Amino acid sequence: MTTTAHEQAGTTAAPRGPAGGAAATRNPRRGPRPGRLRRAGLPYLLLLPALILELLVHLVPMVIGAVMSFKELTQFYIRDWGSAPWSGLGNYRVSVDFHAPVGEALLHSFLVTVGFTLLSVGLCWLIGTAAAVFMQDTFRGRGLLRALFLVPYALPVYAAVITWVFMFQHDNGLVNHVLHDQLHLTDKRSFWLIGDNSFYALLTVSVWKGWPFAFLIVMAGLQNIPRELYEAAALDGAGMWQQIRRITLPSLRPVNQVLVLVLFLWTFNDFNTPYVLFGRAAPEAADLISVHIYQASFVTWNFGTGSAMSVLLLLFLLLVTGVYLALTSRGRRTGDV
Amino acid sequence: MSKSPTAPPMASPMASPRSFVWSRRVFLTLLTGFVLVPVYVMVSSSLKPLADVTGRFRWLPSGLTVRPYIDIWSTVPLAKYFVNSLVVAGAATVCSVVIAVFAAYAVSRYAFHGKRVFTVTVLSTQMFPGILFLLPLFLLYVNIGNATGIALFGSRGGLILTYLTFSLPFSIWMLIGYFDSVPRDLDEAALVDGCGPLGALFRVVVPAAIPGIVAVAVYAFMTAWGEVLFASVMTNDTTRTLAVGLQGYSTQNDVYWNQIMAASLVVSVPVVAGFLLLQRYLVAGLTAGAVK
Repeated sequence: MTTTAHEQAGTTAAPRGPAGGAAATRNPRRGPRPGRLRRAGLPYLLLLPALILELLVHLVPMVIGAVMSFKELTQFYIRDWGSAPWSGLGNYRVSVDFHAPVGEALLHSFLVTVGFTLLSVGLCWLIGTAAAVFMQDTFRGRGLLRALFLVPYALPVYAAVITWVFMFQHDNGLVNHVLHDQLHLTDKRSFWLIGDNSFYALLTVSVWKGWPFAFLIVMAGLQNIPRELYEAAALDGAGMWQQIRRITLPSLRPVNQVLVLVLFLWTFNDFNTPYVLFGRAAPEAADLISVHIYQASFVTWNFGTGSAMSVLLLLFLLLVTGVYLALTSRGRRTGDV
Repeated sequence: MSKSPTAPPMASPMASPRSFVWSRRVFLTLLTGFVLVPVYVMVSSSLKPLADVTGRFRWLPSGLTVRPYIDIWSTVPLAKYFVNSLVVAGAATVCSVVIAVFAAYAVSRYAFHGKRVFTVTVLSTQMFPGILFLLPLFLLYVNIGNATGIALFGSRGGLILTYLTFSLPFSIWMLIGYFDSVPRDLDEAALVDGCGPLGALFRVVVPAAIPGIVAVAVYAFMTAWGEVLFASVMTNDTTRTLAVGLQGYSTQNDVYWNQIMAASLVVSVPVVAGFLLLQRYLVAGLTAGAVK
């Protein structure tokens, strides 16, 4: 361990990056530094607070949750959950038995969430990228517009979503007023927060709240594209649209790789938006998985099944993330060659 | 960083063609409408008399009144929720930023065993569905409280602890990128001059990374200020935050939409104003850090 620590300290001194060469030649002249050993422990000391907190709040509860999923944890055992009887794979069997009501509802909620997430992430990405690309050049009012576009993202979720709840009201909401009273598009006022329309209501709110994040990230990514690329393309006679297609979009690939993944995970796990929009009981058409599991745990007080569903959800997300990263990274590498 | 992070680079030296300018106009106009309508509804409704928000929707108020802004404080104990949210979000932000600075410095400047495991683990906590650890965490806090007498459940402390870990992964990730862009020669020089590693961190690296740190702080504050799920389970009457407290307006017999809109506006102003003032740093921070 001591030898590796020394080696570590040695590699520590050699910086990475373009400045590495110059610094590395300077290093040997400096001679052995005092307190090398102590320094080898320093990174761990610096990481300790973050590590402890992540363990306490995320990893330990996750392990507890996984254990709970194998228990028959109903309200009778809540005070002393350790004494709940083991149920083996019972909770999982109930969760994935798609012919029984519990499993069927879970599958339905899962499919709704998948559809919702794909649509929401796609639209957020599309609008965010288009806005960022259109606002790359300076024009009058650009700064103001940029600030304005970030407002939905900056608003606290509940404040924004409550406003949408008001707009979607049946009798006194703006949406019905415009669609029915002013444009006469509908025969009668529609319900937006119950029934099938609730899916579109949720999608609208989610896109409204989510696209500025894509905008923000793409905007930042655009600033890292060297100007020379555009100049060279312009000299070669490439027009604006061609520059966007040939330079801007390919250069954004690494940014998009992370952005789409993050958007996907956030949207898939989103609890705040549906919870504030619909309250505790989400309509069937917009029954997102987090609210569904929350409902399954806290309303029926069956925490064992709720935990099993959460574990299944996590496994699914791990799988998707793994496959996604494998696919996009491979594509990127061959793209570079 | 060779160029100023806030200076908008001219993307194309060529003049934009007409088709581009027109598409831009149409697209940005539509988008502005989409973004602005809810904001307009929020602002205008908060100034309407109750009759205007109970009947058919009106684009223009029949008369302007500031009554809703007075009434919101007595309909629900909004001031108390406000203070709770400020304390919780403020403390979570400060702790999260400090811890993230330490962690990011370690990852950015040192080679050590388990570095990859650490970054991957911390980042992957971002993908955990909150619902997965809500209940276990709740049980954990209750048990810690029973065993040690430290009240985490129902207290602001427990909520601060929870929220700061929500923003930690993103903050660390972003600061690693940002610290990497601060030339190592700078802190090497500080070390030669006799600063310890921590001296180098606080005298050289942190000052050079201020935009990134501000960006991370904004993100951490917004995360804590807007969280609903854990706030709804882990708070009680005295520690309730705005996220839960705001729901109090709609559980009354009459739904005072003008008051709800006024309250939403009041709770949004601190974060939106802060965010808009500091968004340049966020973009600069993202440019140098996260998206690199």
